[in-house]
Order: sequence, then C-alpha cells, then structure tokens
Amino acid sequence: MNNLLKAGISSVVMYLFAFSHLSAETFHPPVDSLLLSTADHTKFDELKKEFKSGPEVTEACLKCHTEASKQVHRTKHWTWEVLMKDGKMLGKQHVVNNFCISVDSNEPRCTSCHIGYGWKDRTFDFTSEKNVDCLVCHDGTGTYKKFPSGAGHPPYEDKVFGGKTPFKKVDLSYVAQHVANPDRHNCGICHFEGGGGDAVKHGDLDNSLLDPTETLDVHMASGKNELNMTCTDCHKTEGHQVPGSRYEPTARDVHGFDYPLPDDYPTTCASCHGVDPHQNYKKLNDHVDKVACQTCHIPAIAKERPTKVWWDWSKAGKLDEAGRPLVKKDSTGHVVYLGKKGLFTWAKDIEPEYRWFNGEMNYVTFLTEINDSGVVAINHPDGEPRDTLSRIWPFKVHRGKQPYDPQLKRFVKPKLFGPKGSGAYWSDFDWDKSIAEGMEYAGLEYSGTYGFVETEMYWPISHMVSPKEDALSCVECHSRGGRLEKLAGFYLPGRDANGYVEILGLLVIVSSLVGISIHGFMRFVSNKRRVQDGEV
Amino acid sequence: MRKVYLYARFQRFWHWMQALIIFLLLVTGLEVHGLFQLLGYETAFHVHNALAWGLVTFIVLAFFWYITTGDFRQYLTEGNILDKIFMQIHYYMIGIFKNEPHPFKKNEISRLNPLQRITYLMLTLVGLPLQILFGFAYFYFNELVALGMNPDWIEPIAVIHTLLAYMLIGFVIMHVYMTTTGHTLTSNIKAMVTGWEEVDE
Repeated sequence: MNNLLKAGISSVVMYLFAFSHLSAETFHPPVDSLLLSTADHTKFDELKKEFKSGPEVTEACLKCHTEASKQVHRTKHWTWEVLMKDGKMLGKQHVVNNFCISVDSNEPRCTSCHIGYGWKDRTFDFTSEKNVDCLVCHDGTGTYKKFPSGAGHPPYEDKVFGGKTPFKKVDLSYVAQHVANPDRHNCGICHFEGGGGDAVKHGDLDNSLLDPTETLDVHMASGKNELNMTCTDCHKTEGHQVPGSRYEPTARDVHGFDYPLPDDYPTTCASCHGVDPHQNYKKLNDHVDKVACQTCHIPAIAKERPTKVWWDWSKAGKLDEAGRPLVKKDSTGHVVYLGKKGLFTWAKDIEPEYRWFNGEMNYVTFLTEINDSGVVAINHPDGEPRDTLSRIWPFKVHRGKQPYDPQLKRFVKPKLFGPKGSGAYWSDFDWDKSIAEGMEYAGLEYSGTYGFVETEMYWPISHMVSPKEDALSCVECHSRGGRLEKLAGFYLPGRDANGYVEILGLLVIVSSLVGISIHGFMRFVSNKRRVQDGEV
Repeated sequence: MRKVYLYARFQRFWHWMQALIIFLLLVTGLEVHGLFQLLGYETAFHVHNALAWGLVTFIVLAFFWYITTGDFRQYLTEGNILDKIFMQIHYYMIGIFKNEPHPFKKNEISRLNPLQRITYLMLTLVGLPLQILFGFAYFYFNELVALGMNPDWIEPIAVIHTLLAYMLIGFVIMHVYMTTTGHTLTSNIKAMVTGWEEVDE
C-alpha cells in the first residue's frame, strides 16, 4: 500500500516536471527593494525640494552619479549621430527619412524625444552635463512626460498641446525620488511613438507592447506565468550604452549563447537561444545560416495597431473653409489626410517584406545625388544569397512621396515646425518658402525649384516575436507565390524548378501514357481481328 | 500450360514494399516540389525523408538476399545481349500483334527476359542508387557544405533529383503496362502476388 502511494506521488511529480509549461515566475521572483538597490531615493535630502526645471534635477543626480552625464554624452541617444564604416555621418540628426524628413530647423518639436533639455536650435550645447534628461528614462512613476514642442522639457506648468491635448505640470521632486531602471514605458514613450504617434514608424514597436498577450509578443507578454521581459532584458545596457542598432545591426550572430562568454551583440536572438535552437527538427537548424530567426518567428507586423505604410507629402496643403488645415479620418478613427502632412495609408497585421541582409544598411544623405526617374530607396539593406553573413530578414517598408530638388537631384529639408511667418510649412503652407528656410538653416544649397519623388525606407523587424506555434510553416515560403516569391538569385525548394527538366518530365510521362495507349489499342484490335478470323 | 514457381516469398514482399515506397516517395516528392497540395508541405517533407530510409533499407536487404541466395544469377546473360534485347523489342513492336510466342520462355532458372534483366539491373544498380544519392545530398546539404561542397550545387542537386523522379514515373507507367503482356492480362501480376505463374510448355 505504502509502495503504491509512493508510486502514485512520484508519477504525479514526474508528470508535473515533464508537462507543466515553463513558468516565468522563476525569472521574476518577487523581491523587496532592499535586494535591488543600496539606495532609497526618497531618503535623499537633495531630492526633497521643489525643482523648477529638469536641468535642476539633473544637477542633483550628478552630485552622486558624477559620471552619468559623461556616459550619456557618448550615446546616440544624446548625439543623434552615428559614424558609419563608410565614413558617412548618420543618426537622427543627419539622415533623410520619409516620415517628417529631417530634424534641422524643426528641433523644438523633434527633440521632445531627445534625451536632453533645450535642444531648440543649432546653438544647443552638446557638452552640457545638466542638460541631460535623466528622468525620461529613469522615471519609475509613469508621470513624467516631455511636452511635444518643448525642446525636450516637460511641462513646468499645466499646458495644452495643439489646442486640445492637456499636459499636466510634472511633479519633478516626486519623480526624482522614485527613479528606477528603465521599464518598457520609459523606452516606449519615444520608441513606440516614433514618426509622430503610436505605431506610426516601426511596425514592430508600439504601445500594445506595454501589456501584450503571448500571441503579440511571447517575450514581453505580461500575463500570469508569462515571461514578462522588458526592453532592457535584451538591450542589456552598461554605462548607459544601449546596444542594438538599426544603423549597424547584427544580421547573423555566429557567436551564439552570451553566457558564460558574451559577445558585443546581446540583442540577437542567438544570445539567448544559441545558433541551433530547434530541438525537434534538424532541418530547421539548417535554416539558421540563411534565414534570420525573425523571418519565421515574426509572421506579421503591426499585429494589433495599424502602422503607416504610405505618406504622400505632395498632397498636403488643403485647408477647410475656415482656413484651417483639413483633417480626414477613416472609420476606425485613424487620420488618413492632414492638410499639414498629406495623405496616409495605414495597415494592420501585415506580412513584412523580405530581403537578403548582411547588416550593412546603405543610406542616402542630403548630399547624395539621387536618380529621380523611379522610386528612390532612402536606405536599403545590403546582402546577397552567397555571402556568409547575409540572411533573409523581414522588413517594414515605408513608402511615400516627399519633396526634393529636381535640378540638384538631392533631397531637401523643409522647415515644418514654427510660428506663422517663419516659413514653416505647418503654419504658412508654402513649400518653396519652407524648403528655402530649412535648407538655409542647414547650410545646404537649394536651386529654388522643388518636386516630389517617390521613396521607400527599410525598417528591419525584430520585435513582436510570436509563440513558436504561430511561426511560419514551411509552405509559406516553400511554394509558388509564397512569401519569398520575389527574392531572386538562389534555389528555393518548392518554389523553383528548372524549366527544361519540367518539360522533359512532362514529355516522359505523357509519351509513356500515349505510347502504352497506342500499343494497348493495337493489341486489342489485332486480337479482335484474330478472333474474327478464327485464329484463336 | 504449366505452373512454375517464379517468385520466392521474400522477393514478392520486397517487390511490393518497394513499389509502395516508391509510389509514396513520388507523391510526397512531387508535393514538396510544389506541384500540388495533399498532405501539406511539412508532412510530405517528413514522410518523404522517412520513406527514403525505408527504400535504402529494402535495397540493402534485397542485395543481401540476392547475394546470399545466389539468385543474382537471374540477372546475368550469356551471348550477345544486344541481339537478345533486340529480339525482345522486336516482339513487343511486331510479334505481339501477330500472336507470336514470347522469344524467351520463362522457367525457374530464367524468369526474366533480356530486356527485363538490363532494365531492372540498371534501375537497381544505377537509377535508384543515383536518386537516393542525390536525395541524401539534398537532405544533408548543410553538412556537405560544411565539409567543403560548393553551396551553389543545391540547384543542380535538386534539379537532377527532380529529373530522375520524372524518369522513374515513366518507368512505373511502362512497368505497370508491361504486366499485361503475359500469358493473360493479369498472369504476371498474379505471379508477383502468389509466386506461381502459368507459362507456355
């Protein structure tokens, strides 16, 4: 009896071990704050005071964290500059894009996502330590928001943006006393709303990731027993240097597991999953050298919230009877036309587009002579089937039309944001003046004529990883008319065939069938004749 | 008329298993090639690869059986093989319509005509091994590349594997039709089931 009981218990235990699904709670045990930090910021006298501005808070932070601003100064969060291998200076400050085009002359609006205070024009001091904004990343309260046109400052009094959106005064002392390591809402406040609003830019980053289901993002899923990973679990940051880049991504991590010996690219899938992650089917691991994990494991982008896929600036400028820029919304409430910005198309839960990618992104700059006879790729991924670093990657491709200089064949920087009379397009609605202002501000040449050219821009996809059950099945790519139909230059089983062999095969089969039919018929006829002749 | 025992139990078992495996290999192979959807690509792929091992197993088993029993002598010929093949072809092209007798009589020590001998020998020694070889090179492509094979060979490997499959279909069609050319329409098939065949005295 006793033995029977033991056997029963042990089999139940065995069952639990073998079949209970992976619990995330083991990775996130409840801990009291004493185990997390040696400092309780609510006890610091330096923070128990009324702060008049963000920089004052930073000065208080720097009293203890003496080197923090110097670290931040070295990040592209601060410089908005990335020096590429080919010598091009890119980064937010310099790149062309086909959303709001360029930062120059529009600073007070754009820099509401800068990790600093007061970048309102070219005079901004990039060596200033107190102008580093500690709170936007370290706000543990969720109450800290920068004012959209405040050049990086939060509202120091109750304000209203755009005539309707209220922004409450931020309680700087309260936020300063409740700082924390960055959580998803800290990163998301800029990265989920890139391009001017929720879900606009990336396709794989939007506010749905604040509280996602497993179907949306298996890593960040925040329900009970789910992994509940946040941005910094992969973007493992040391000394304020946040790894992971769209300028210089790692298209193929051959190092694999980062534990116990890490490489410099902690954000890759392989850093945690290794380079042969599939346990059941060897054939899936055979794909790892040529297909990025993201390609199969992120079957759709913009899963819950529509992302912008088309932005036509050439249609901008329509005003209503009252002289205000026209606004049109679709049935779901998404803006499809703005007098200030032009015509948009949104798309939800869409297939990404696929390209070979070796990690080298090629960018057009404002000095590049463009070929305006077709669609201009503002950036495009380098790569081809035969090089060892290239893999097939998913991209969101954002297309649209934007102003350029048809005589100099270069992109132009329009001044968009500014008061009436400043030449800003969003106030004066005159492209020529807006471009002339923007180009003069940037110290660039402008011929005086402008046109609109169609552009496309590639955004590599890495987030919104689905549970493995939702990964792409083989036939999504291994078929005619599948997802990789347009990707040329290599043999894909199930999609490709040799025309001659197919014809030859058809000939073999058809001629065999015809041959035996004729032969059989002749046997039948000759046999019948013999029967009639009485031979048999 | 007399009845002769032509096919031993193992031979019949081997023949029908191989027939089944090749039929399923062709169906799943053509699905993986993208010509139709039946089992679903993934299932077809797994079934195809499992069956490949089945085919290898049965071929090895057959080789073992033919060598140990000495039955491989059935495939040997004496004299001018070309002349004999020509006689058999002549029969199928002309004689069969005139109710001429088969040029080669079947009996226990010689159950295959010269055309069968050369065809089955080529199939077993060249065709199928080649197809298996290319199939395995296709499946173990990554390992071969790691060993130094040119990655661009995937296309010729796949294309040749496809071509051989189409030729195999041609063989299957002809082979099935030929079974009707025995003493009666079904006597050959009956023989491959029971082992016994009615032959001319």
